[in-house]
Amino acid sequence: MSELALPVAISFDAFTSLGFWISVGIFAGTFTIFTLGLQLNVGYTGIFNFGQAGFMAIGAYSMAILVTDKGMNFWVSLPIAILITMGFGLIVGLPSLRLRADYLAITTIAASEAIRLTALNARDLTGGAQGIFGFGDSWDEVADSIEGWLEWLGWSNPDNLAPLLIVVWGVALLLTLTLSKAQRTPWGRVLRAVREDEDAARALGKNAFAYKLQSLMIAAALGAIAGFFLAVNLAFVVPDSFGPTFTFLGYAVLVLGGLTSYWGVAVGAIILQTVLEGLRFLELPISEVKVSALRFVILGLVLIGLMAFRPQGMFGKREEMVIGD
Amino acid sequence: MEAGTLAPGEDASPTERLRDFGRKRPALVALGVLATIVLVLIAWKGLHSVAQRGLIGLSTGSIYALGAVGLTLVYGILKLTNFAHGDFLAFGAYMAYLMSVTWELPLLLGIAFAMVMTALLGVVLEKGMWGPMRARGAGILQLILMSIGLALVIRYGIQYFWGTELRNLDVNKTDTVELLGLRIGRTQGIVILVGFITLLGTGVMLRYSLLGKRMRALSDDLDLAETTGIDTSRVILWTWVFAGAFAGLAGVLYGATTQLQPEMGFELLLPIFAAVVVGGIGDAFGALAGGILLGVVVEWSTLFIDAGWKSAVGFIVLILVLVIRPQGIFGKARAL
Repeated sequence: MSELALPVAISFDAFTSLGFWISVGIFAGTFTIFTLGLQLNVGYTGIFNFGQAGFMAIGAYSMAILVTDKGMNFWVSLPIAILITMGFGLIVGLPSLRLRADYLAITTIAASEAIRLTALNARDLTGGAQGIFGFGDSWDEVADSIEGWLEWLGWSNPDNLAPLLIVVWGVALLLTLTLSKAQRTPWGRVLRAVREDEDAARALGKNAFAYKLQSLMIAAALGAIAGFFLAVNLAFVVPDSFGPTFTFLGYAVLVLGGLTSYWGVAVGAIILQTVLEGLRFLELPISEVKVSALRFVILGLVLIGLMAFRPQGMFGKREEMVIGD
Repeated sequence: MEAGTLAPGEDASPTERLRDFGRKRPALVALGVLATIVLVLIAWKGLHSVAQRGLIGLSTGSIYALGAVGLTLVYGILKLTNFAHGDFLAFGAYMAYLMSVTWELPLLLGIAFAMVMTALLGVVLEKGMWGPMRARGAGILQLILMSIGLALVIRYGIQYFWGTELRNLDVNKTDTVELLGLRIGRTQGIVILVGFITLLGTGVMLRYSLLGKRMRALSDDLDLAETTGIDTSRVILWTWVFAGAFAGLAGVLYGATTQLQPEMGFELLLPIFAAVVVGGIGDAFGALAGGILLGVVVEWSTLFIDAGWKSAVGFIVLILVLVIRPQGIFGKARAL
């Protein structure tokens, strides 16, 4: 944002740069994985989980602490961090999933803020506001070998973020496929039954609470995986990355793509990230603070507009919308 | 324990009777628990520091209470969990800043301006957004996400115009006043006074005025209130006026004792939610008491833990109350 920019000089150059699209792609992939958890919870189980950013924080911090503090192998730390996060999902879910929809939303948001504040204040464990870095060596080795393959395939001098882009989308698509398949199993049908009418599901002998708990714990695991990609992408973990705004962004992705559509999540994530990151790179004749403010004003307006005029999003089915109690 | 003997099942065990008593007189039990905690605190940390922290807690508590009463009325009457309510407070604070610092008009005028503008914001949003959405029968998720969208628009709208730097209202933050050996900032003292006078006024208004009674009637059962001939849409508008004006006032008071920054609204939202939940969602008197209680409890917690953890205490209270007693400590047992 140079001071010398002419008042009306708006440049779209960013959109022709490969680096821009790779960066957008990585964030969109991360958001896809993050929001798949919300889709499972909100779209298919009818539980309003507003603490997904907290689960992401637990995943990323667990991995970073295990690797840097405990000297654990990066690849071993990942499944352990996922298990820890699912444990947190259990802790959050056990008391709160019995609550009514809006209370659950408040409780989960408070839980995720409590996690963020802990990350900020428990300095010995989390490094406080400075956060943790230096956990990515094992990933860098793998990234180097992927870059080698890309060169062998004929891409001379590949972008050094290209491996991350490939892996994040590989994982995102695999998870989307798995969840879509799982939704068509008896297990997935019970989830929907719980969403539509919990009492009826219970009358049929299904333990509705257990299903809701499973749904939340799987979402927590997805949050943790998104957290790994965010951490590797940024090369550090700091409390600021895990504010409630991240969860709200996830909800924007969710409703843009459409409730009850796992494939819509990826589409929503790509569109939202393109718009938000695109705004960052546009050379608008205003200061950077104003540009970043404008991005979130637009995000807010998108949310309001979607909810007012097309609550089912692009690919959602209106008749499957959770209307609430 | 007389109440216990009236319970069905005369031969109930003492613990069951105690539980039954708790269910019937939640406020009394809460008071008893609170008194015990206070006595333990005094025995442990000394009367002076407990009273000193308590006094400071009253100032944040009255801000929470002012914010909470509007939020709980809106929830009770419209079943709207307004995630933008915290940002109403921030909006009010910045309106006062605009008038008293930027335009250099007296602060009192700034406070009035903040209250009027925030009330106006509430009314405009009701007319333009919430009313039409209710008419369409929007679901809980739709309304929650809309209010989150609105929160983002207000917060980042503020950031657009005023930036992220900390700003100060033109108030004296260094003078202190002494009272019974307790020391408190002069501005904080004024906050307690203004807060308590407003809260008292609100309590009287809700209890005795026709409008207050109508508001509570709507909060209890909107359809029933409508069939008795109450002009519900007028009462709803007045509810927004109150919620907005009090939010604006609370925002200015908070800004006067701390500093203004765009995120202040969200920082206040969760403690205000906690106050609402502690008092029982939809219960205006409960919200007043819950706000003050929460402010004091959070301040007392700093006797034991680092002040950085302070906001976490609010969340933990919120989660505990929701889990143990979701109808709030003053509310009657209701199906939830």
